[in-house]
Order: sequence, then structure tokens, then C-alpha cells
Amino acid sequence: MAEGGIGARITRFYRRSEAARGLVLLSPTMAIMLAALAAPMVLLALYSFWTQDGYALNTHATLAQYATSLGRPSYRALFYRSIEISALVTLITVLLAYPMAYFVAFRVEKQKFVWLILLTIPFWTSYLLRVFAWKLILGYNGVINSGLMSLGLIRQPLEFLLYNPTAVVVTLAHAWAAFAILPIYVSLEKIDRSLLDAAADLGDGPVRRFLRVTLPLSLPGVIGAAVLIFVPTTGDYVTPSLVGGSGGVMIANVIEEQFDKVGNWPLGAALAMASMAAVGVVTLLFVSAMRAAAARIR
Amino acid sequence: MKTRHGWLLVYAIFYLAFLYVPVAFLPLFSFNNSVFIAFPLSGFTTQWYAQMFADGAVQQALFNSLKVGAVAAVAATALGLPAAKALTRYRVPGGGAVLALANLSLFIPEIVLGISLLILLSVLGVPLSLWTVTLGHIVICAPFAITVLMSRMDGFDKNLEEASLDLGESGWMTFWRVTFPLALPGVISSLLLSFMVSFDDFLIAYFLAGNDATLPIYIWGQLRFPDKLPTVLALGALILVASAVLVVFAEWVRSHGLKDRHRMVGA
Repeated sequence: MAEGGIGARITRFYRRSEAARGLVLLSPTMAIMLAALAAPMVLLALYSFWTQDGYALNTHATLAQYATSLGRPSYRALFYRSIEISALVTLITVLLAYPMAYFVAFRVEKQKFVWLILLTIPFWTSYLLRVFAWKLILGYNGVINSGLMSLGLIRQPLEFLLYNPTAVVVTLAHAWAAFAILPIYVSLEKIDRSLLDAAADLGDGPVRRFLRVTLPLSLPGVIGAAVLIFVPTTGDYVTPSLVGGSGGVMIANVIEEQFDKVGNWPLGAALAMASMAAVGVVTLLFVSAMRAAAARIR
Repeated sequence: MKTRHGWLLVYAIFYLAFLYVPVAFLPLFSFNNSVFIAFPLSGFTTQWYAQMFADGAVQQALFNSLKVGAVAAVAATALGLPAAKALTRYRVPGGGAVLALANLSLFIPEIVLGISLLILLSVLGVPLSLWTVTLGHIVICAPFAITVLMSRMDGFDKNLEEASLDLGESGWMTFWRVTFPLALPGVISSLLLSFMVSFDDFLIAYFLAGNDATLPIYIWGQLRFPDKLPTVLALGALILVASAVLVVFAEWVRSHGLKDRHRMVGA
């Protein structure tokens, strides 16, 4: 057994070494992710320091694109608006999802699976169609206006429904609702029920028990849900395009323009990098604030 | 209990209504006998469905989406299976970093994923096609495939694999005869969910598709023409129903697999 050629020895080493086996199994995923995710992100960062000269690309490093991205008031306003809209959407979705997740985790006993399926189906079904549905609902001749008019409740269509930031917030809160449920549900489901009994035995009422045991223990899920909604919605393109109108434009719309009509890729890259940095900073602040708050409750 | 906490049940029902009612207008108006999407409903028709099925562009876009979704789902699952095995079975240095990298796409806005891949492809001189869309979709499917497969791999007894190796099967045969069949519910669920992620994606395909439209890109193009809306509604209603069926099936396979595991642990 101990003898054998180099091939056999390599085979034996491979069989015995967990690390070597693991790395070989991981290498295809690693290769694809490096090539199709990490490399593009590095290139995006490089582009943001370059300049577009007509059709040619000037690769002399400069901060000019960042100066434009952060200096131009219209872009700055879009950064603020995107973050404001996403923060509001995150708050609404998490607040709405929490009682729902609580209900499934603590009140449903036999049909948990059915409830979870019902709550996850929208998560997997066409995002574009879910957003588009709101354009039909809020439109000038849309579902709400035509419905209220045929009921005789209004004479003129309401004009404030579509094409504004509120429409974007409502649509995003609906489109991302399912994303908040699962992380919160998972963290609630993990809570050791004997802790709740202990709190009750020690004389805590339901409200105190919720505030001192359930809520703090479910905060990881709340934080997870918030991040999972906040980060992607700041870069949403479909919703502001369909229901935002000129007042509801978000940062992704101007990024898209740079890669499409305008053809200024370096500026688009800088806008994308700046928005990711802004979102990153806000997210970090939020997560550490939540952690600090959780620590204080305990 | 139900009487004491009845308000939570009421809330839950309202919440489900909030999730489903807005989307239900799509199928509702897809049977309405009017180009205008407004109340009152004017009458029942299936003409929008007939128009949609007669439209060659719809068929082409559907076919493109099916192709891209199938290839992306198979590729993401084929990558995810060995990765999930490595991450659940072996202590691999840097394993956590690879997992973080694979999950990174969940935390990057889709528009950024789209433009950064577009830049890479243009630097390399790769022409845009359905293949480049597929590449982008593999990246966004990977986190779902790996998560589903890892939870399945965590669920079954690793002694079964070791027993097979001890009895003299090679690593490859052990994989095919022990690991793969046990992981099968996870594999099916990973294939279906990855397919859904790809089939659903608009934005990445929008940047990477070149001249070939996938279904969401086709729908996006039609939204500008008000007289085309009823056909889009018919198409949308079919997509909603088909994906709901697929999701229920995927989740059923997954939960069926979980029950299976409890039986195994009990035995």
C-alpha cells in the first residue's frame, strides 16, 4: 500500500487532505465568481477614474468623474432621494412584515408550510410584472381612478397617484414585501420557547416579554431583512422608470443613461461606485446603531 | 388561542391580500374585452390570449428565456453541488471567503452587476448575445443554488459517504451512487429556483442581451405601446400562473426532502 508511483501518491494525499479536496471542489465556483463578479467590479472601479474622449477612452487616472458625480447638484439630489426612498421602503416593509412573520412563527401550528409558500410565491414571480401592476393601478385612467369614478365617488381622475416619489415608495414596498418575511421568520423561529416561559414565570406580561425577550432576539433577522431590502432598492431601475415620473427618478436611471444614450461609461461607473459607497456607509451606520440598541435592551 | 390573538390572523389575511390583490389585476384585465385597462369591466374575451399566441416575437422571446434559464440553472447547480459538498463536509481554508464571494451578488444592485459585466465584455471584445446573458444569470443564481444545496447536504448523514468509501468505492462513484441521490431533492429545487431567478431577471439581461430579447426585455419594450397592453397582460397572467406552479413544486420537493431526512435520522 505504501509503495506506488507519483500519481498514486498524489491520489493518496488528495484522499487524505480535506483542504486539498475542498479547494478542488470549490475551484469552479471560485473561478466563475472571480471572472464574472470580482473582475468586472475591479474594472468598474478602474473605469470610474478614466475619461471618455469622444469614442476613445482616456486611461489617465483622474478624479474628474467623482467631482462631477458628487459636485453636480442634480446628481447629489438623486443620491439623497434614492437613499431616502429606500430607507422609507425598508422601514415600511420591515414594520409590515414583522407581525406577519411573528404570526407564522408563533401562532400557526399545522399549516406553517402553506403560509410560508403563500408568502414566498410573490418573491419568485416576475418582478417586472409586480411593478407594472402598480402602473395599472395608480394610472390616470387606472384601476383606482376608474374604479372610484364608476362608483361615483369622484368626478375627475386623481392626478397625484402616479409619477411621484410616493408611487415609487408604495410600489417598492409591495414588490419587496416578501423579502422581509423570511429573515425575520427564521430568527423568530430560532428563539428558544423556554425563554418565553421563563420570562412569563418571572412575572413579565406579554408586552414586557416581547420587548425584553422576543424583539431583541429577533433583531438579527430584522437587520438582515433591512439590509437585504435597502441595498438593492437604492439601485432599482424598473420602479422609478415605470411609476416615478420626472419627480421620482432615482440614481439608477442616470447610471443607465450613461451606458445607453449618453455613452459616458466612466461617469456611469463613478456614479455607480459613489452610490455603492454611500449605501455601504449608511448600511454600516444602521447596522452598528441597531446592534448598540440591542445591546442596551439586554 | 385563536380568539385571544384573532387580530394577528386578521392582519395576516390583510397582508396576503396586500401581496396578491395588486398582481391579480393582471389576469383580471387580461380577460376584459377592452383595450383600456379600467373599470367598469366591459365583457369577457380570450382574444388577447389568441393574439399573444399568434405573435412570433413572443414565441421567440419565450424560447430565448427558456434556453437561458435552463443553461443558467444547470450551470449554477453544477457549480453549487461540489461547492456545497466542500463547504459542508471539509474544513477548507478560505472556504468562508469563497462562500462570501458567491453570495456577494445579493448585496450588489443589479444595475451595477449589469454594467460591470458589460464593461468586462466590451474590454475583452466579446459580442453581446444570449450567452453573455447566461453568464450574468449564473452569477445571480449561484447564491440560491449554493444555499439550497448546502442546507440539503447538511441534512444527511455523512457516515453514509464514508461507509461507501470504506467499502472500496472510488470518490467519484461514491458521489454518483451515494451523495447525488441523497442530494437529489436539493438539486431539483436548486434547478427550479435558479431557473426562476433567471427567467424573472430583466435588468442584467437588458444590459447584456444585445439584439436577442428575453421575455422580460420583450415585455419592457411593449409597455410603451398602450394598444399592446392587453396582450402583455395575457402574457403576464400566464407567466404568473406558471411561475407560481413551479415555485410550489420546488418548495414541495424541498420540504419532501426534509421529511425524508427526519425519517433517516429516526431510523
